[in-house]
Amino acid sequence: MNVTILLFTLLVGAFATFLANKTLAPKIALLFGLVAFLETIAIICQHNSGVNAGFTTQWIMNPNIHIALKADGLALALVLLTTMLTPLIILSSFGNHIEKSNLFYGLVMFMSFAMTGTFLAADGFLYYIFWELSLIPIYFIALLWGNDTFEARKKAIFKFFIYTFAGSLFMLVGFIYLYQKAGSFLLADLYNVSLTSQEQYWIFLAFFLAYAIKIPIFPFHTWQASTYEKAPTVGTMLLSGIMLKMGLYSIIRWQLPITSSAAKELMPTILVLCIIGVVYGSIVALKQVNIKRFFAYSSLAHVGLIAAGAYTLTLDGLLGAVYQMLAHGFVIVGLFYVAEIMYNRFETRAINEMGGIRQQAPQFASLFMILLFASIGLPGTFSFIGEFSLLYGLSQINIWYAIIGGTSIIFGAFYMLRMFQRSMLGETNTKVFKEVSVNEKIVLGVLVITVIFLGIYPKPITDLITPSLVEIVSYIK
Amino acid sequence: MNTLIAVGVLAVIVLLAEIINLRKLIIPLTIVGLLGILGYTLCTIDVVEAHYNNMIVTTKFSSAFTSLFIALTILLVALSKDFYQTHFSKISDYISLKLFLLMGAISMVSFGNMAMFFVGLEILSITLYILCGSDRTNIKSNESAMKYFLLGSFASGVVLFGIALIYGATGSFDLAQITQLTTSNPMPVWYALGVTMVIIGMLFKIAAVPFHFWAPDVYQGAPNLTTAMMSTLVKVTAVATLYKVSINLLHQMPSHYTTAIVVIAILTMTVGNIMALRQDNMKRLLAYSGISHAGFMMMALTALGSATPNLFYYATSYAFAGIAAFTVLTIVTKGKDNEHINNFKGLGKSNPLLAVILSVALLSMGGIPIFAGFFGKFFLFTEAVKNGFITLVIFGVINSFISIYYYLKIIILMFTKQEEEVETTSIQVPLSYKIVGLIAVAAVVVFGLCPSLVLGLFN
Repeated sequence: MNVTILLFTLLVGAFATFLANKTLAPKIALLFGLVAFLETIAIICQHNSGVNAGFTTQWIMNPNIHIALKADGLALALVLLTTMLTPLIILSSFGNHIEKSNLFYGLVMFMSFAMTGTFLAADGFLYYIFWELSLIPIYFIALLWGNDTFEARKKAIFKFFIYTFAGSLFMLVGFIYLYQKAGSFLLADLYNVSLTSQEQYWIFLAFFLAYAIKIPIFPFHTWQASTYEKAPTVGTMLLSGIMLKMGLYSIIRWQLPITSSAAKELMPTILVLCIIGVVYGSIVALKQVNIKRFFAYSSLAHVGLIAAGAYTLTLDGLLGAVYQMLAHGFVIVGLFYVAEIMYNRFETRAINEMGGIRQQAPQFASLFMILLFASIGLPGTFSFIGEFSLLYGLSQINIWYAIIGGTSIIFGAFYMLRMFQRSMLGETNTKVFKEVSVNEKIVLGVLVITVIFLGIYPKPITDLITPSLVEIVSYIK
Repeated sequence: MNTLIAVGVLAVIVLLAEIINLRKLIIPLTIVGLLGILGYTLCTIDVVEAHYNNMIVTTKFSSAFTSLFIALTILLVALSKDFYQTHFSKISDYISLKLFLLMGAISMVSFGNMAMFFVGLEILSITLYILCGSDRTNIKSNESAMKYFLLGSFASGVVLFGIALIYGATGSFDLAQITQLTTSNPMPVWYALGVTMVIIGMLFKIAAVPFHFWAPDVYQGAPNLTTAMMSTLVKVTAVATLYKVSINLLHQMPSHYTTAIVVIAILTMTVGNIMALRQDNMKRLLAYSGISHAGFMMMALTALGSATPNLFYYATSYAFAGIAAFTVLTIVTKGKDNEHINNFKGLGKSNPLLAVILSVALLSMGGIPIFAGFFGKFFLFTEAVKNGFITLVIFGVINSFISIYYYLKIIILMFTKQEEEVETTSIQVPLSYKIVGLIAVAAVVVFGLCPSLVLGLFN
């Protein structure tokens, strides 16, 4: 079995969902999502037994463009994240009334298809197409089903679209330039292309702009909080859980190996920007009242640290970045879901209007707390392994990066616990808070179990990603 | 050559059909006839021949563009029945004028002699002046025809003067002879002057900055179907001709010439886009966006010869997207006295099919991947980078995302909910519009998925 089947399943799923009637559409989307997940597991098992699941064929003769899909451990880990979160995200929205649900879930499936394609693509051009393709569904999801008035969200979503589109066009110019040098867009050819330091410098920056906006790295983050706030929760989960990983993944897969000497040269500046993002995100999160914005800024801090880890160019930093990409994906989706559950019960996103939920819904409170601890990076959760490796990688470059970056954990613990205290503890709320339903329990339960399981036993992931990261580090050297 | 004659004969048959009272047959007959001619042209695309002492030289370049022109004309003719419903008695005039215009376009890409080039240019221009003023009772249509005629004939005069100077320098109208002479012998200074005048005349026709001032007014006033023709078929013809002229005449031009072309291309893209940002009239918006697309197509002039497939691909993608956009524009603004973009508000709800067609067309023009417009830009960028015009490409990229801004504005508007429940009735869409819109959009998607279909014509 190769990965084209997986992509095909997701694409067919998107169209089947779109063509189905409104009551059946969510179920069809869920079904295809689960099938894709099982296929991913099968492909990973196959990969572990040494079979290559990649795929290459010529697409356009002139210019020389291939449909090339590379299924190494790194790509598969991210695909696993995507196909595992997609059914969970779909399931999480079952309680809500969604107009034109066939279109909505069709777009979700299509987005899942595009993101999976981005992770698998091994031809620069194909990769760019998938990268841009993922932008269209999220744009419509956020625009048509978002929160707040149409005018308000139009502004936010518009900004998001223009930002990301502008960034990626420069990446396209970078690719075109590389194509002139290498005569092909294939990843392997691009890895081996020889560039002068001047050329590397510009290509690095062109790529950096695209990724820094997508992730986002300070000071390119201004679209993030308002987009997360205005998008429907499903959109926020897709954006924060999977889509921003496209940027982080691309750093490791494309940017660093191709322009390694520029990356070494610019490392101090970039690391400083990432660390500023960590500190800035933490400080701004302290002041947030809206719970979605709160999570958005805490997420900014986390991804800043992940990006810093990747840009250390050390094996430990890269390993930590990939661990934390996965961990952050699971945790942030859970947290946004928690916010959604609270909103459905209380019809507010203001933290100070909540409180006293724990007495009414102890199960919910416990699930929330585990996710929260995972977000902080408590030992025993997957995030701890990620953060530990990240900081270890940073300390190999300069101990101060690790120290300042490490404060984000302390900050994180402080603002997260304060938020938990305000929203969940205290006197019993006058409003009624229903205990979690079965669907909600499944989604949160799966996320919690995954995070704890991998926190205790990360070996499957380590085994999966280490060989490909070692290979990438060898290209960087 | 056979193609050219066949189109001419078809136009005459259309006029005859009016006399023998077969008015109803005109449109089906034209479509079938053009389909036949299109098939013939595509089959003989590899044939390179010269006719009538090199007056017409068919090459792969000319055949490919001819096929595109015929395909566009078919779509435009198919819209005519419903568009000219109220003046159906004059249908033979409209259709035959379109066919004559097609003849002009074909001779402009397949000429082998400067005289033929000018004849083609004039056939195209004069039919277009008439079509612009074809809505006789509408004052705006009259204004449009008058403006276009005055400025257009002036430009034609400049071209003619240029041709005369070239003749003075080389002693020949024959393109092959001119090319041969200019590559081997030194040329007097008025040769360069003549070429510059021809180029300026053509830049006027494609509405490149700073010769673009006529375009928005003319586009706005002309009947929608004529505007559609101008912004797709005629614009593509003019760009292709400019490209062809440049290939053949640009030997011994001063080195500043390339710089001038690059600057004009950058200005054209940028000014067109920036002006489009401020428009709230859909036709003017498309007119300005068309100007910026002309700027993109001018990128091909930096890679003369090797950029032919790239230019053709861009022209194809742009023209089909343009047809789709104008189809929707025409039906939405039908019976309204203006083309204000608010007319599109809530289209996603009242008429999802039209909204989807227009969205795809605009996304393609904006260069969102998988649609043909993206590949068009990509191919042109690739060619320009190959020739070292990085600055031009960077301006192209910046303009790509400026353009996304106003294309998205329209898309968002279509999916905005109507606040007041005034016009919730969905528009009645005639079948022909649906078919044409869908075909155009399908072309944009299919050419995006398989660019080789178009690029392969040049292999």
